[in-house]
Amino acid sequence: MERSIFKRIIDFYLEGFRNMTIGKTLWLIILVKLFIMFFILKIFFFPSYLGKFEKPVEKQEYVLNELIQRAK
Amino acid sequence: MITEVDISLIDWSRAQFALTAFYHWLFVPLTLGLGIVQAVMETIYYKTGDEFWKKTAKFWMKLFGINFAIGVATGLILEFEFGTNWSNYSWFVGDIFGAPLAIEGVLAFFMEATFIAVMFFGWNKVSKGFHLASTWLTIAGATISAFWILVANGWMQYPTGMTFNPDVVRNEMESFWAVAFSPVALNKFFHTVLSGWIIGAMFVAGISSWYLLRKREIKFALASIKVAVVFGVIACFLSIWTGDGSAMQVAERQPMKLAAMEGLYEGDDGVNLVGIGILNPNKEEYNDDKDAFLFKIDVPIPKFLSYLAFGKFNAYVPGIKDILDGGYPQSDGSVALSAQEKIGRGKLAVSALAEYHVAKADSTLFERKADSIKLALAATITSDYDSTAQVLSADELFALKKSEIQDKIAAARTQLNENFKYFGYGYIKEPKDLIPPVGLTFYAFRVMIILGGFLFLLFIVSTYFSYKNKFETKRWLQWTCLLSIFLAIFAGQAGWVVAEVGRQPWAIQDILPTSAAISQLSASSVQITFFIFLALFTILLIAELKILTNAIKKGPQINEQ
Repeated sequence: MERSIFKRIIDFYLEGFRNMTIGKTLWLIILVKLFIMFFILKIFFFPSYLGKFEKPVEKQEYVLNELIQRAK
Repeated sequence: MITEVDISLIDWSRAQFALTAFYHWLFVPLTLGLGIVQAVMETIYYKTGDEFWKKTAKFWMKLFGINFAIGVATGLILEFEFGTNWSNYSWFVGDIFGAPLAIEGVLAFFMEATFIAVMFFGWNKVSKGFHLASTWLTIAGATISAFWILVANGWMQYPTGMTFNPDVVRNEMESFWAVAFSPVALNKFFHTVLSGWIIGAMFVAGISSWYLLRKREIKFALASIKVAVVFGVIACFLSIWTGDGSAMQVAERQPMKLAAMEGLYEGDDGVNLVGIGILNPNKEEYNDDKDAFLFKIDVPIPKFLSYLAFGKFNAYVPGIKDILDGGYPQSDGSVALSAQEKIGRGKLAVSALAEYHVAKADSTLFERKADSIKLALAATITSDYDSTAQVLSADELFALKKSEIQDKIAAARTQLNENFKYFGYGYIKEPKDLIPPVGLTFYAFRVMIILGGFLFLLFIVSTYFSYKNKFETKRWLQWTCLLSIFLAIFAGQAGWVVAEVGRQPWAIQDILPTSAAISQLSASSVQITFFIFLALFTILLIAELKILTNAIKKGPQINEQ
């Protein structure tokens, strides 16, 4: 019986990943990089500055005040 | 409330953004350029069925993959910085950037991620035609991704297709097509992508030259060079064309940037283009009498700057002093406002925004507390009136007050709309604050132009020797091509310096300066993340160079017998 298209796509990817040589090192670098970016840099060093406000209207009022005050 | 923003905070935040953008731009152009070269090679394989071209394409594809993997997602850090360091800016423009960046994200993920897998895993598993289509679609995906990012950047240089909604303090997209296909965005896209093509072509020609210098992979190297140098000539020619278009856009929409690019303080009709020059470091004020240059040689085509900027040899090109003093005729026939007038209008716009919100708050109060306000108004009316008349009069008084508030809202809105195009000038303290760093802009522009011209010449000479089958014996040319990889990268970075430094102090041209766009952080926290990035980027760059050089040393391993 012929394999379903879904199974063939999965096999295509699995076989591709299995046969990688230099690609394994590159994937490791990508994963480490993404981990550093999203789980260290984003969380500890780059929180959303306006994220301290819960509601959009609070963010809006904060930015409004900033824009008005800085022009003085 | 801190109203004065620390200058070092702005400088460090800009430096951090520049560092991230520089780093990101090491990878992107190579992806765009090398991608086309490898796709052309695979197309030759598809047409001829010659296995040599398949192996050649696969080798360059391997280097493409390394570059892609190390560079992927580095641009996301720029978005982190928007949210943290530039929060006012992010809020102010959020609606405009949302659409292009979302499209970029979706396209990048689905197009590149889908077809790149077929490109790398699909050899001998899918048909030749489907594989070739996947290769081209991978490059198309990367290029379309770049398009949306450059649309966002183009909008910052020339904000269009939006209206400012004072209720939410945001710009809202009025016309998606005006944003996506603004002349500045289109020109920026083509010029930037073409610079990537030049870098890709130079990379292939340079690495192939290295093989020739080492006297190995001769057939592979010569064949690769033949494809790369022709591609390089085409890319350079188109880049000059789009560069000319960029100059006209800048002249019309960012005259201060053009003046800085040329070190032009006093404008005139029929202005020459500076070829090379050294700026006078003792010129401290834009309106002092000191010469702008210690030394300069103009391009030997008279009035060339006027022609490049406005298409007429006798066109008036304003200098820095003219732009600040105003009063000169603009290309649309209007007379330019002075910096002081623009600052005045900017302050009117900002104060209108404040008045609008005060009036809006009053209006909301009137809606919510109508009954108690009516009672208070009734109490102010004298006892000469009977009780029925008191209530009616209070109602009338309430309606009158409400109407006055509505008038205030409308007046503030009108004042804001009339002056919004100068909104950002409301944050400018002195006219001279509108001058970008002239030295950096001037020299970066010369670096870009001179290196661009040199690369064009190099591609032409290389094409000549390559198609005369003499490239293999020209070691000087091989060395030049190898070393010129770095020059091509440097030229691309210099182009970004011109584009971004030359438009300071603006985060969004005329609408929002960096001093208003930035978050109230401590400069030290930005310094810390700057150095974290520097370390991270350096490690990644070393990793890339090591993996890349190992792959290059190993070579394509094509049996050339």
